[in-house]
Amino acid sequence: MNIYQEELLDHYENPSNYGTLPNPDISHEEDNPLCGDQIRIDLLVKDDKIKEVRFSGHGCTISMAAASMLTEKIAGKSLDEVKHLTKDDMLAMVGIPLGPVRIKCALLPLKVLKSGAYGINCWPGEEDE
Amino acid sequence: MEGGKIGRLDIPFKCLPSFHLHKVINMHTSEFRPLDVERIRKDFPIFATEPPLAFLDNAASTQTARPVVDAMDAYYDTYRSNIHRGIYRISEQATEAYEHAREKVAQLINAPRTRQIIFTRNTTESINLVAHSWGNANIREGDEIVLTVMEHHSNLVPWQLLAQRTGAVLRFLEITDEGLLDFTQFRDLLTEKTKLVAMGHVSNVLGTINPIQSVIEAAHAVGAKVVVDAAQSVPHFHVDVQQLDCDFLAFSGHKMCGPTGIGVLYGQLELLEEMPPFLGGGSMIRAVERDVSTYAELPAKFEAGTPSIAEAIGLGHAVDYLTQTNLAAIHVHEQELLKYAHQCLKEIEGITLYGPSAPHQKAGVISFNIEGVHPHDVAGILDTHGVAIRAGHHCAQPLMKRLDVIATVRASFYLYNTVEDVDRLSEGLCRAQKLMTRRK
Repeated sequence: MNIYQEELLDHYENPSNYGTLPNPDISHEEDNPLCGDQIRIDLLVKDDKIKEVRFSGHGCTISMAAASMLTEKIAGKSLDEVKHLTKDDMLAMVGIPLGPVRIKCALLPLKVLKSGAYGINCWPGEEDE
Repeated sequence: MEGGKIGRLDIPFKCLPSFHLHKVINMHTSEFRPLDVERIRKDFPIFATEPPLAFLDNAASTQTARPVVDAMDAYYDTYRSNIHRGIYRISEQATEAYEHAREKVAQLINAPRTRQIIFTRNTTESINLVAHSWGNANIREGDEIVLTVMEHHSNLVPWQLLAQRTGAVLRFLEITDEGLLDFTQFRDLLTEKTKLVAMGHVSNVLGTINPIQSVIEAAHAVGAKVVVDAAQSVPHFHVDVQQLDCDFLAFSGHKMCGPTGIGVLYGQLELLEEMPPFLGGGSMIRAVERDVSTYAELPAKFEAGTPSIAEAIGLGHAVDYLTQTNLAAIHVHEQELLKYAHQCLKEIEGITLYGPSAPHQKAGVISFNIEGVHPHDVAGILDTHGVAIRAGHHCAQPLMKRLDVIATVRASFYLYNTVEDVDRLSEGLCRAQKLMTRRK
């Protein structure tokens, strides 16, 4: 019963940083072929800090809310700091237990971010295996 | 609002079914003895919980009946051994049980000869066997293979690979907006270039029962062979390969109360006899020299290596279980559940149902979407209510494109499902709809 808590639904219904940037320094889009969820993240970077961030796309509550939470978390941070965000950080943000299929929904935004910003092309968590 | 707790949301009355199954079931009771679902459910220990699991993902895989598990346990506990060449009692017993399972499967689909039944891992492997063995030997550049846009990937990708190997051309039969085959287009597609038609008997997404017998007649008229993906039909109603006159027919054990890891390929005798082996190895040979071998007779020619012995025995018992329960009664039961589900679900706000609206044109599969709610969210919320359904592309991505959706939610029924399962599905859907569109 702890899936779809209030906080998650709030992020889904009123996502933070939803949209696109006109001239992003980094823009990357990926999808989850398993369910068709698709997320694009645009970043404006100044002095190695994320000045502005937007996400767009479509997907389930988990992936959309996770993207909203992630963009809140990384806004204003340095690229170096953000690079160290892990799978567990992302799952802690989402804050609800997820099965192996839905975990990919929660991790898709982080995957898009890492792939776009650092060229890390695997699912978060798989790089250390 | 307190809507975060799903259980506390008020359900508007109109969402709840206002009628009962007996109103729609009476017309059949004189012809069939209806299923004793309560007794059937006792054969599936997974339903012993309270409240019971509402398992509505049967098109993906069904539950395994207790007699099937018992038969497999008996093999492991009392006569576990390899088959065919053991000169000792329990190996002979295992061989007999394995071959007896083949006889049961042959009887189920009315195959003329038992050796026309090849055991594989699943439907996918059966179709790949045909694509490699028959396909490589018979398909040439420029030949045409006719498929439909509603094929499961297992009856699409093997043909794509064959086309890539040979230079053959894939042709696709479209569907109407209702999810029915466009038979006029089918006749236009068939030419002397058509060498093969590969078609699902029942769509795993839309539930559409395709007019497979007419398809086979039309295909044979131009000299084309027909592969029938019967994964969604053999478990649910009586399929007779002699009546259909199909060239190949494939299905899986795990969709018919049997175990995973066992599937069936039926083929016309002369085709199977002419076909070269698919996989090479033990069991499929007659004599092996250093550089060359001769091959075993059917069905061993296509069963290289130690097969899934326990699973084949289990499948034989699943066939017994379904036959004793009565496939005709199972079909009627599913039809009633389908009608009831249609009536309940169409009352839900924002719902779109896919597939034929006339129940006699479809099997017990119902696909839908709720406006503003992602299919995965629907599945997630239903899961918290103990309702197991599937959300996604159902291994039919070209069909998703045709329907112009990313995914759908799918409920699919089997002999052990009840009206209560459908009620819990529709209640859960109402809650999902309310929860996810509360501020829109």
